[in-house]
Amino acid sequence: MPYNKRFDGRKFDELREISAEVGVIPNADGSAKFKIGKTIAIAAVYGPRVLHPRFLQDPTKGVLRCNYNMMSFSGSGERVRPGPSRRSKEISHITEKALEPVLDLSEFPSAVVDVYIELLQTDAGTRCAGITAAALALADAGFPMKDLISAVAVGRIEDKVVLDVSKEEEDYEGGMADIPIAMLPRTGEITLLQMDGLVTLNELKEVLKSAKKACEQIYKVQKDALRARYLK
Amino acid sequence: MGELKVKDKDIVVPGDVLAEGMDFLPAGGAFREGENIIASQVGVVSVNGRLLKLVPLNAKYIPKRGDTVIGKIVEVTNNCWFVDIGYSNHACIPLRDGSMEYIPKGADLTQYYDYNDFVVANITNVSKSKEIDLSMKGPGLRKLSEGRIIKVNSAKVPRIIGKQGSMISMIKQMTDCRIVVGQNGLVWLYDIDPLKEVIAVEAIKKIEERAHIQGLTDEIKMFLESKVGVKNAVQ
Repeated sequence: MPYNKRFDGRKFDELREISAEVGVIPNADGSAKFKIGKTIAIAAVYGPRVLHPRFLQDPTKGVLRCNYNMMSFSGSGERVRPGPSRRSKEISHITEKALEPVLDLSEFPSAVVDVYIELLQTDAGTRCAGITAAALALADAGFPMKDLISAVAVGRIEDKVVLDVSKEEEDYEGGMADIPIAMLPRTGEITLLQMDGLVTLNELKEVLKSAKKACEQIYKVQKDALRARYLK
Repeated sequence: MGELKVKDKDIVVPGDVLAEGMDFLPAGGAFREGENIIASQVGVVSVNGRLLKLVPLNAKYIPKRGDTVIGKIVEVTNNCWFVDIGYSNHACIPLRDGSMEYIPKGADLTQYYDYNDFVVANITNVSKSKEIDLSMKGPGLRKLSEGRIIKVNSAKVPRIIGKQGSMISMIKQMTDCRIVVGQNGLVWLYDIDPLKEVIAVEAIKKIEERAHIQGLTDEIKMFLESKVGVKNAVQ
């Protein structure tokens, strides 16, 4: 059956509704909330602080440590069980790798910067929402960064490239490909590219083009949120 | 010909292009990428001729030699004190810089500075791996025994001090408080009348909150006048 119309009536290259807010956790050194559709991610930055155990320390620069966590009440309870798991460990790791290229922690040797990402509501695209929120929180905390990171998940259903996959699309019966992408929107450099499912080379090119456009939209929302904190 | 993409006093965020072309030079908080100058922090732009600088709105304290800081003693060994100055590494006061007076060999160092004591100290050296040495030898460097300590964002410290100390001396004068501002964002205040301390704390918190607003000195002056009355607001 051809996939001609999306479940929620969006266009194929249309994002869900996005919003961002900075400084949501007063006790943290930097914090941000990012909402995309029904997915809500909150990121809090603490540090730099002393890193223990000592063998993890890097005497030349600070270390970024991310922790991704779906809150126990999040999700629809169908597939992914919230809480610590092999999956959340993996996502924490790829979040670190996605953010590291823009972050300059050379002023804080042997220290660690902790980023805690909590998902209040999960409706697909959580790792992308988490990365986007974490980038905002790090900028809010005042760490020097080359650029912000924006992330979005792009999918392929039948012969269509669909931007910002929703939960219903993720569970599409006919099978699909889910490709989360994080990039520096200013230069288009990619810091995260994962793939679940199959795509052809041409489809992948189309996916990347679609993601670049979407990340630019998200980038604008991120920048406005950072400014809005001070423009009252 | 280069082109300036922002105005003076604009608020910019990481990734914003400040200027195009080689006519401008990046300073603190900005960097050059190819032809462009890019912001790397959330901050306020300051255009000084060809120099583009960012005054960060929120920043971590990075220790520099010569800074006067306020810290808490967290560890005492037999040859130095370790001090938490709000940086990831603890700073160290070596025995020889511990006090103006002579410290005999084998003395109990907690007699001088004990755990949880707060001290005003001067940074004498910061090594490449960010090991920090402090000194207690110098005017105004001492243990703090009374008063209160508040924490502010270290990026706002220059604003709290003001040009040539104008802001802080105004607060001191109008509230009669004794105040020490550490570069690391810890501020010590003391007056016999705790109400005056509270007013000074409020004023400092107000500066921290509204640091990026122009004409802040007048605003703070009005605030202080309304609190302490005009009687102290002479000169």
